[in-house]
Amino acid sequence: MEFIYSIMDNLPFAFLSYNFMKNSIIAAILIAPLFAFLGTIAVNNRMAFFSEALGHSAFTGIAIGSLLGLNNPVLAMIAFGIVLGILITKVKNINKTSADTVISVFSSIAMALGIILLSRNGGFAKYSSYLIGDILLISPQELLMLAILLVAVFAIWCTIYNHLLITGINTSLASSRGINTSVMEYIFIIMIAVTVMFTIKWLGILTINSLLILPAAAARNISSSSKQYVLSSVIISLVSAISGIIISFYADTSAGAAMVLVAGILFFITLIVVLKEK
Amino acid sequence: MKIHNSCGLCTININDLSVISGSQEIIKNINMEFHCGELTAIVGKNGAGKTTLIRSILGERKHAGTITYKNHHGETLSRPKTGYVPQQLSFDKSTPVTVMDFLSSLSAKKPVWFGFNKKEKEEIIKRLEALNCADVYDKKLGNLSGGELQRVLLAAATHPMPDLLILDEPVSGIDAAGLDMFYKLVTELRDNYHMAILLVSHDLPLIKKYADKTIVLDKTVVISGDTEEVFASKEFKATMGLDF
Repeated sequence: MEFIYSIMDNLPFAFLSYNFMKNSIIAAILIAPLFAFLGTIAVNNRMAFFSEALGHSAFTGIAIGSLLGLNNPVLAMIAFGIVLGILITKVKNINKTSADTVISVFSSIAMALGIILLSRNGGFAKYSSYLIGDILLISPQELLMLAILLVAVFAIWCTIYNHLLITGINTSLASSRGINTSVMEYIFIIMIAVTVMFTIKWLGILTINSLLILPAAAARNISSSSKQYVLSSVIISLVSAISGIIISFYADTSAGAAMVLVAGILFFITLIVVLKEK
Repeated sequence: MKIHNSCGLCTININDLSVISGSQEIIKNINMEFHCGELTAIVGKNGAGKTTLIRSILGERKHAGTITYKNHHGETLSRPKTGYVPQQLSFDKSTPVTVMDFLSSLSAKKPVWFGFNKKEKEEIIKRLEALNCADVYDKKLGNLSGGELQRVLLAAATHPMPDLLILDEPVSGIDAAGLDMFYKLVTELRDNYHMAILLVSHDLPLIKKYADKTIVLDKTVVISGDTEEVFASKEFKATMGLDF
């Protein structure tokens, strides 16, 4: 860590003289590609609403963690996220109701349940920081765990990328090639659930889904191949995350929201570029 | 690509297949058999259960009854290699996937977003050349014309060469010249490679021209046999609502 800090000390940026800023910039460099990788598939496979539901259900995970007496609720959140993700997918697949309705039902129940459990005896205020998150609070130990998560997700994502791509294009075609499309769907859901729940404390329940979806959505506007799509998603995500932190430092605002705004602006710039080409 | 002569000994046997959704039987007691070297057409009106049958063969729909595949040595294969050309690709046309990405992702282990080396590129272009569409290799999948897309899907379905090739309404939205070219390619595949071809289509004149066998479906098999005989039968005319 000291080595990375010393490199950052040599950079000509005043904001890097604070350790919390160094940590949050490192966090952004780890989180941005992680979200970009998952976002490309989430957008391709029309799962934007699904990841939003997972984020909203974080309160119930926190509540379960606190009921179990856990100091750090992240394990309970991850476990609840995975269970909810699998449940939504199962109900969506057996029920003829449209996917967004099913997701909305689960999302509403999970959020309401979480709020009820956490607001007992008027104690909700101490959890409200989860709504917008704070990446500036990330610790070096947490950065290490984030790096491990990035490596693990990247390895799994690369292994199943081609199968996920074909499943997103046409499930019957994927089945005919021997791809188990439900297994692919579940693996991807678990990756999203783990990533969202692990990082929500820093990125915020209200903003996390935008960071997953917006960079990929912007990249789609200007890409025609998978390579361009993934690389431009990573770049857009990195630019949004890092500039979001810098903006929040100077403007004294929420970093998560600033990241989303930058990603949103980049989305409209790419949209204008693509509309001009037409 | 290894060329076989179609021996006609490979058999796909469907025995007493039924699919139930809720309390409704979508298809029931389907019995049929088709062989390599044959183009078998399945015809039926909308709602006759053609798509359900295809999905059962692909292993996507739970069903009662059995589907077995025997190779030319009489050995039963648990999972024959199946090529599938879907009716349409219900995907967002703006998806950033090139023809190259698409074809490579079906067989390569390396994630396609890593890009391609010269050898990989040449191999894909060669496969497309065989179907007269080499020029589309770097086009976005969503920007292909109907005819180009069908040929790309055929290129996908025939690599590796399958034991069974399923064509589900493969030529909707293609002009007459494209249609003829597509079926010529399909019959060439039938004649030159060791595969059974199952074709679902509404286009009766084309079936009459190209299919060896025809199966008429209306929840169950109404009649099956040589195309000419089936087309002349009362059952065919009654099921398809034809007066000629």
